[in-house]
Amino acid sequence: MLLNSRDFPANAREGLGNPTLQKALSMARTGFPEKRARAIERLPEFESLREKARAIKEATLANLDFYLETYENKVLAAGGKVHWARSASEAREAVLAICRSVGAKTVTKGKSMVAEEVGLNPFLEENGITPIETDLGEYIIQLRREPPSHIIAPAIHLVKEEVAQSFREAHRELPPQRPLSEARQLCDEARAVLRPRFLAADAGITGANFLVAETGSSLIVTNEGNGDLTQLLPRVHIVMASIEKLVPTLEDAATLLRLLARSATGQEFSAYTTLSTGPRREGDEDGPEAYHVVLLDNGRSALLGGEFEDILRCIRCAACLNHCPVYTAVGGHAYGTVYPGPMGAVLSPALFGLEECAHLPNASTFCGRCEAVCPMQIPLPKMMRGWREREFTQKKAPAVARAALRLWAFFALRPGLYHPFARIVARALFAAGARRGRFRSLLFHSGWTAVRDLPAPEGRTFHHLWAKRRKGA
Amino acid sequence: MAETGVRVGLFVTCLVDLFRPSVGFAAVKLLEEAGCSVEAPFAQTCCGQPSYNSGDRQSATRIAEKVIETFADYDYVVVPSGSCAGMIRRHYPGLFAEDAEMRARAEALAAKTYELTSFLVGVRGFTRVKARWRKRVTYHDGCSGLRELGVRDEPRTLLASVEGLALSELSGAETCCGFGGSFAVKYPDISDKMVADKVADIAASGAEAVLCGDLGCLLNIAGKLCRLGRAVEARHVAEVLAGMAEELPPIGAPG
Ligand code: SF4
Repeated sequence: MLLNSRDFPANAREGLGNPTLQKALSMARTGFPEKRARAIERLPEFESLREKARAIKEATLANLDFYLETYENKVLAAGGKVHWARSASEAREAVLAICRSVGAKTVTKGKSMVAEEVGLNPFLEENGITPIETDLGEYIIQLRREPPSHIIAPAIHLVKEEVAQSFREAHRELPPQRPLSEARQLCDEARAVLRPRFLAADAGITGANFLVAETGSSLIVTNEGNGDLTQLLPRVHIVMASIEKLVPTLEDAATLLRLLARSATGQEFSAYTTLSTGPRREGDEDGPEAYHVVLLDNGRSALLGGEFEDILRCIRCAACLNHCPVYTAVGGHAYGTVYPGPMGAVLSPALFGLEECAHLPNASTFCGRCEAVCPMQIPLPKMMRGWREREFTQKKAPAVARAALRLWAFFALRPGLYHPFARIVARALFAAGARRGRFRSLLFHSGWTAVRDLPAPEGRTFHHLWAKRRKGA
Repeated sequence: MAETGVRVGLFVTCLVDLFRPSVGFAAVKLLEEAGCSVEAPFAQTCCGQPSYNSGDRQSATRIAEKVIETFADYDYVVVPSGSCAGMIRRHYPGLFAEDAEMRARAEALAAKTYELTSFLVGVRGFTRVKARWRKRVTYHDGCSGLRELGVRDEPRTLLASVEGLALSELSGAETCCGFGGSFAVKYPDISDKMVADKVADIAASGAEAVLCGDLGCLLNIAGKLCRLGRAVEARHVAEVLAGMAEELPPIGAPG
């Protein structure tokens, strides 16, 4: 898994300067939000559903140990097995061991952000197993050897022409002159290429949108039906999920599903909602012979009971990405972690370390749109601020910035010093800038004047003028 | 109009104090027209948001304590900024999670603190100003005012009473302008993209002036308008409502 969050500013610059990416991002920028808005409009009980959903997840997280155990027992009872993975490497090893135990050579994969999080594909390849992504977006980025740039639309950073190019390079057995300019043609080609691979795969790996404690089921939603083929055709089905995917009951899952697709794509429901519970039973027409769940912690349990617990309510709908003016400006790759956008700015530092990801919670204007649209009412800006506070108290913030802040606070706490000083600054800036009314540059290099002018002050401070007016009165 | 029973403490904000005191005087004029007696205590400086949003919670708490003390005795605290009003209303109480007494005082302050236009309309029932300005304007909703305080209709209600003024709504009015305090300086490229998009929307609205209730956003937007050489004026909404727009040069214009 690629991790270069430290280079966020440079990555962002690159994204901003890439016209193809900017064109591709318009889907996230306007398409998803408009569709979501229409879907929410048609759902008058949206606000009360949000409350309910939040309560469900809060109650689950408060008793997560109980629900995890219940879930495991149910999985066992259904004939499956749960593999507990504390870290990314334990999760990779668990998957590899399962694949080896059945002599798997190729595995098909439905979309799984947890698999991306642990870097499963390169690891399987190193160990002689070929992973084949079956979600169209994931398939495209696998061909291009790129990480996903969005949590539900992994190839959203690409335009059709780039996809066609990748298909021509990868599918050399097909006639070179074939038309590939329409989305439909690309879909059909991917489908035709993937079909035999579904049939040939020895194991199928899917993610999970929810894990249901009362039944031991895993639940996925897809729009392509690829998840069903991935989990039904091979001999082994491996579910990769993180511990916060638990919900107590099927009823709870249904409540959350009402919010998920609407918040994500503006659909009322995704095209396919698939539950799987254990391997094939006697009399079942199809299904895998073995059913495994690899359950990943990777730092999440440490968030329970702390100031970042709320992020564990996240259902990965991506509304916060689609409505984020920063995400939709720079694209997902700029973030340098698998989880971009506001939810990633909160989760990534927890998973991969604050030092590595310090830019992410800082690269926000706190405009609050993410929190306003989040179906789970997750206070994303508050938690980004929480990371900034840790950065500050752990002295990880740049020394100059820290000193400047302390100096500012020193003055702000001393009006007797602050006001005379403000008067001098207002005067000086006015004297230097009044003729033009603004500054094109300052004496030092500043991010402000790099891209916009600084309006000049009026010359006197309010408090100075107010005091004079008082005396006059 | 001389009902002077209501004592309002004006929280000027550090940006208005330094960059555009006229906004403060516009606020005073409007508040007086709405029957309030206004004071602007000298002991105030800043609401502490720069510290708070940069992770220096300790300093933010100390500044908040000072603000709470300074404004304790007023009937209301009014702020010509959704962002600073949001800081006091939505964030001060949380700074004192461990201190019940201070928390209660912070909550008391939060409960009586208002953004200027929402105070005029919502608390004072003051909806008609005595101003005229023959301009086609558009309005940018500052993020904190809009989402933390739910201020949306109030400035529009008041602007509708300005003689000669016509409002064209801005497409993407709810999208951030890219200011975000230190964000604008720390991530200039991203901020630039955001403010450039905003300025393009402003231009597309066909307005001669863009108004907003937050000087932070306005310095950003005006700065970009100037840099691009656009003729659109940027002004705080209070200037227009107080009838000061005729004689006061717009933000970023020669004084
Ligand atoms: S944080 Fe909220 S909006 Fe963002 S992906 Fe998670 S549930 Fe969706």
